[in-house]
Amino acid sequence: MTAVDTKQDIQHWSDWKARMPKDWLAPAREAAMARFEALGFPTTRHEEWKYTSTAPIARQSFVAPSADAKVTAADLDRYLFAEQPGALAVFVNGRFSDSLSDLSALPKGITVMSLAAALESQRDVLEPHLTKHADYREHAFCALNTALFTDGIFVHVSEGTLVERPLHVLYLTTPSDDPTAAFPRNIYIAEPNSKVRLVETYGGQNGSVYFNNAVTEFVARDNAIIDHYQVQRESTDAFQVSTRQVFQTRDSNVSSHTLAFGGRLVRNNINTLLDGENANCMFNGLSVLRGEQHVDNHLRVDHAQPHCNSWEFFKGIYDDSSRGAFCGRIIVREDAQKTDAKQSNMSLLLSRDAMIDTKPQLEILADDVKCTHGATVGQLDDEAIFYLRSRGVSVDAARSLLIYAFAGESIGQVRIAALRDKLQDLLSERLHYGESLTFGRPFEYSDDFADLVRAADRRRET
Amino acid sequence: MLEITNLHAQIGDHKILKGINLTINPGEVHSIMGPNGSGKSTLASVLAGNENFEVTEGSITFNGKDVLELAAEERAWEGIFLAFQYPVEIPGVSTSYFLKAAMNAMRKNKGLPEIEAAEFLKLVEQKSKMVALDDRLMGRAINEGFSGGEKKRNEVFQMAMMEPKLGILDETDSGLDIDALKIVANGVNKLRGPDRSFIVVTHYQRLLDYIVPDYVHVLVDGRIVKSGDKTLALELEKKGYAGIIAESGAAQPVG
Repeated sequence: MTAVDTKQDIQHWSDWKARMPKDWLAPAREAAMARFEALGFPTTRHEEWKYTSTAPIARQSFVAPSADAKVTAADLDRYLFAEQPGALAVFVNGRFSDSLSDLSALPKGITVMSLAAALESQRDVLEPHLTKHADYREHAFCALNTALFTDGIFVHVSEGTLVERPLHVLYLTTPSDDPTAAFPRNIYIAEPNSKVRLVETYGGQNGSVYFNNAVTEFVARDNAIIDHYQVQRESTDAFQVSTRQVFQTRDSNVSSHTLAFGGRLVRNNINTLLDGENANCMFNGLSVLRGEQHVDNHLRVDHAQPHCNSWEFFKGIYDDSSRGAFCGRIIVREDAQKTDAKQSNMSLLLSRDAMIDTKPQLEILADDVKCTHGATVGQLDDEAIFYLRSRGVSVDAARSLLIYAFAGESIGQVRIAALRDKLQDLLSERLHYGESLTFGRPFEYSDDFADLVRAADRRRET
Repeated sequence: MLEITNLHAQIGDHKILKGINLTINPGEVHSIMGPNGSGKSTLASVLAGNENFEVTEGSITFNGKDVLELAAEERAWEGIFLAFQYPVEIPGVSTSYFLKAAMNAMRKNKGLPEIEAAEFLKLVEQKSKMVALDDRLMGRAINEGFSGGEKKRNEVFQMAMMEPKLGILDETDSGLDIDALKIVANGVNKLRGPDRSFIVVTHYQRLLDYIVPDYVHVLVDGRIVKSGDKTLALELEKKGYAGIIAESGAAQPVG
């Protein structure tokens, strides 16, 4: 593809320029739009986009979704987990829905509202952070989102507030005649010594074509904990680019889990800046793909200070002609001594046509650090299948059990029991191996992050 | 109970079994001995339904059923159990979960309801004691991080849980020290009964001091070259395989 092609690619995006909101962010939006126009959509010649072609997104014309989509509470059911979460925020086609959301059960000390509302009432909280962390200067999708976003979720947890029950944020896209595009923008700010648990679910009806270009900025202040989950259940014809930009100061803990089941073409950019001593992050991922699905998990963990721990743990199960990509870049800056960074990418290919590209990347400038990385690609183990069958387990059940076990390590990291159950259900729906999964659930999990790391270490050593 | 007639099997183009004939009646313990590469483990695998091996000739019937028509799991349902020479490690599946799944699959086939949790736990406690297996291993992934001895005891423990009609032990003694060997043999002996038969595949006569067989067969180059009672094992010990092969006039295995 040539530079000229790139220009053509964004031509039909010029209509969108007129849709840029005229709010106090206008200078940033103008700058972001200019950057988008200069950058264009990345091509596969771009090192960071080597394994994912954005051409299907660039080629497609998208319209803004209509505002009067009819969604009832019953439509939400399939996305909710068994036990009612602490609070539910629902977005329909990128807009906050007051009638479908329930934010009444929130405890004191946490503020949750639509970003559209927060732009009006929370400017002093937003101003130091919004658009300040996610880099729109170098990243076209982030630039496009920054220029055009109108809504998303705003979460602010005040100092010392511990919110145990999860907040569930649900983004629903309804079918439409023309493909639609939305630009959800979220911001999570956890003040010192606070704790919050967030689940985002992206859902849409299979067969409908749309594009969600989401950007989320996380701010974890000293000793704050953010435990975040993104469940991707987009239409199998949908495009999604999800950028998560995390900013952490000392002693903070951030985990973000990417659970990809849906979407035709999905790119997850997950970046963190560990900008204080003893900040820890964990990025867990599980992709369960089939058909023509493509999911690219692209990480950048930046160790800027000493004594920080990071852990990337991504697994994928690829059936049919689905395709995965993983790039887990870890940067250890000169001052970041005593860094402990782990990275692992494991793939299970269930079909001859399935494919995974995996690229571990370590850039280490400090000299007293511990960094490990590993990637495995495999198929179901015939020996293990025979072993199970020889004990009376049917061949279908044996296959399912092994796939389950493979996924179990990822789902086991999920610290919300009801969500774990939901994910197991989603997984068993995906395994078309008959009645085999009715006899219970094999997963074990631990609430203790350190425990999981130790277990992973043990496995590596043996 | 088990009738093997003129069994030929190969892996790829490599012919391994070249006409095995063997009849086993209920309650009998048959030992299969033989040098490395003679086909002992292949015979065990073929009986259990390992699809890596192709049966090109002959038949196997078990309680009147054509075994070669049955998938591995169906053989298990009929009561054939193979204790693996190299038990497979399966990360992510706990031993107790797997055992329950296996037992329920067997029960379903017999038209029985799923096993009650309390009954299952009682069985686990009882049978794991039989082979001195630490029941904390039940919570761990199948064979993962188990010592060699624990893996072998786990096989015999599972056999005790499944209560098969035919237990096949594929070199269950290899790699065990004498104490572990006694524990494993003792577990097997407790399972012996008028309706349960065993095929004990071993490389070493030593195991047969503890599991005393009714019959001993010497397998060389894919054929049984000599059969006898337990004294044949002792004879083997004295003369070595070469001696027995020379006496039987069987062809020396090539290369």
